[in-house]
Amino acid sequence: MGVGIEVRDLNAWFSKAQVLQDIQMNVEPNHVTAVIGPSGCGKSTFVRCLNRMHETIAGARVEGKVQVGDIDVYGSGTAAVDVRRRIGMVFQKPNPFPTMSIYDNVAAGLKLNGYRNRKDLDAIVERSLRMAALWDEVKDVVRKKSGASLSGGQQQRVCIARALAVEPEVLLMDEPASALDPISTGKIEELIFQLKEQYTVVIVTHNMQQAARVADYTGFFLMGKLIEFDKTQKIFTTPSDKRTEDYITGRFG
Amino acid sequence: MFSAKGVLGLRRRFTNHLFTAAAALASLLVLAPLFAIFGYLLYRGLGSVNWAFLTHTPKPIGETGGGMANAIVGSGLILAIASAIGIPLGIGAGIYLSEYGKSRYAQVVRFTADVLNGVPSIVMGIAVYGLVVLPQGHFSAFSGGVALGIMMIPTIARTTEEMLAMVPNVIREAALGLGIPQWRTTLSITLRTATSGVITGVMLAFARVAGETAPLLFTAFGNQYWSLKPNQPTAALPLQIYVYAISPFDEWHRQAWAGALVLIAIIVGAVSIVRVIAARHQVSHSA
Repeated sequence: MGVGIEVRDLNAWFSKAQVLQDIQMNVEPNHVTAVIGPSGCGKSTFVRCLNRMHETIAGARVEGKVQVGDIDVYGSGTAAVDVRRRIGMVFQKPNPFPTMSIYDNVAAGLKLNGYRNRKDLDAIVERSLRMAALWDEVKDVVRKKSGASLSGGQQQRVCIARALAVEPEVLLMDEPASALDPISTGKIEELIFQLKEQYTVVIVTHNMQQAARVADYTGFFLMGKLIEFDKTQKIFTTPSDKRTEDYITGRFG
Repeated sequence: MFSAKGVLGLRRRFTNHLFTAAAALASLLVLAPLFAIFGYLLYRGLGSVNWAFLTHTPKPIGETGGGMANAIVGSGLILAIASAIGIPLGIGAGIYLSEYGKSRYAQVVRFTADVLNGVPSIVMGIAVYGLVVLPQGHFSAFSGGVALGIMMIPTIARTTEEMLAMVPNVIREAALGLGIPQWRTTLSITLRTATSGVITGVMLAFARVAGETAPLLFTAFGNQYWSLKPNQPTAALPLQIYVYAISPFDEWHRQAWAGALVLIAIIVGAVSIVRVIAARHQVSHSA
């Protein structure tokens, strides 16, 4: 089941440059929350702060509080590795491990964390690929074909299956469909719709139509600040802030 | 009547063909010495490579026959020791430089590796003589392995570093995002993705040291008899070839040619086998 996310006073830097300022946000469990904004507004950085991926970049720094369910993400006793096991991430460019088969890709999160039971792994891989709507297409070649030999849309679904296999509580998606064609994009969006029954989904997108189609809540970022956060319906029809209105009507960005 | 376009097209096509031909010629010129050497070795040596040569130890001069079996085995032993030293240290250094090496210390390591690479092999031999042979009190395959192993390290380290750097960062991020710890990501994901390139580096280093003679002069020293223990003077193919080649005896010259051919064949064989095995382990990349 999905959990809620609470963000309080989140600030982030790349060395000396501050990229996020005093972000406050409550993400609803089992709903899809979209993060929109023009290029460079900090939306990807925000999402990467949720699962402690931001700090993997040399010189990057985070301050503030992020509570995901019962985990205090930046608490002094919390290990980044544990946080990342409970929060899954799908990246903009599909990145299956090139030297592994589809099966090994999906099982990677489990196998490389010590999980060895063969039969259980088979079941988990199948279940994850089914959830990613890819099982029927690849079930005969899961062990034979490498993860990188599929089409872009299929690769991205392998990455989604891989993230789901470790049974996270939250799924973060950083522009998951922006490198894909419209048909694959449609499939991914359908998928997100189904996933929210079991997971909390936060999706970064620069495509406002996508946010309107897929998300229950939307947050608008601009220059490192969260300008407005509300139900998607409200953001796109009667935004409270003029900057939000300018963005969604295409006046900039 | 020629239109301007036609003449331009003619000249461009001619230039294109000219440069294609030049490139082809250049590649032939590069391959030519290799084939020339191979061919000549076959010509001079093939007649002398027989079962006796491959299975007998040297006979005293005056008697015909005898072979380099002990040198072949000895080289194998020395190279095994060298690999056991050079490969782990080289790959380890390469991993450090690539994944953790943005610091000042890493710059020093890189510089040291490059300097080490340039040390003349005879100097390496003398250094290991002083460091290993003298304290031990005897020549040995072990000291020979140490000398060759040290020579393998810089090549393997630099190649490993470069191959790892070529692994796209998104792959590392995917692994970290799954909650896989940094060390595991480096070993099981990053290194595994770069395996093919790392193996190339290892094979390059191996092929280079397999034929080195100078470092073995004062370390392994050579041996006319079987020497299977790592703690005694050991025969090695390059050493034996050297000794036989500068001798005044025709019989030994003949065997030197055979030895040279066998040495080349072993190196090419070892590299090929590793390549085949590595290719077999690759998961299919085609659609």
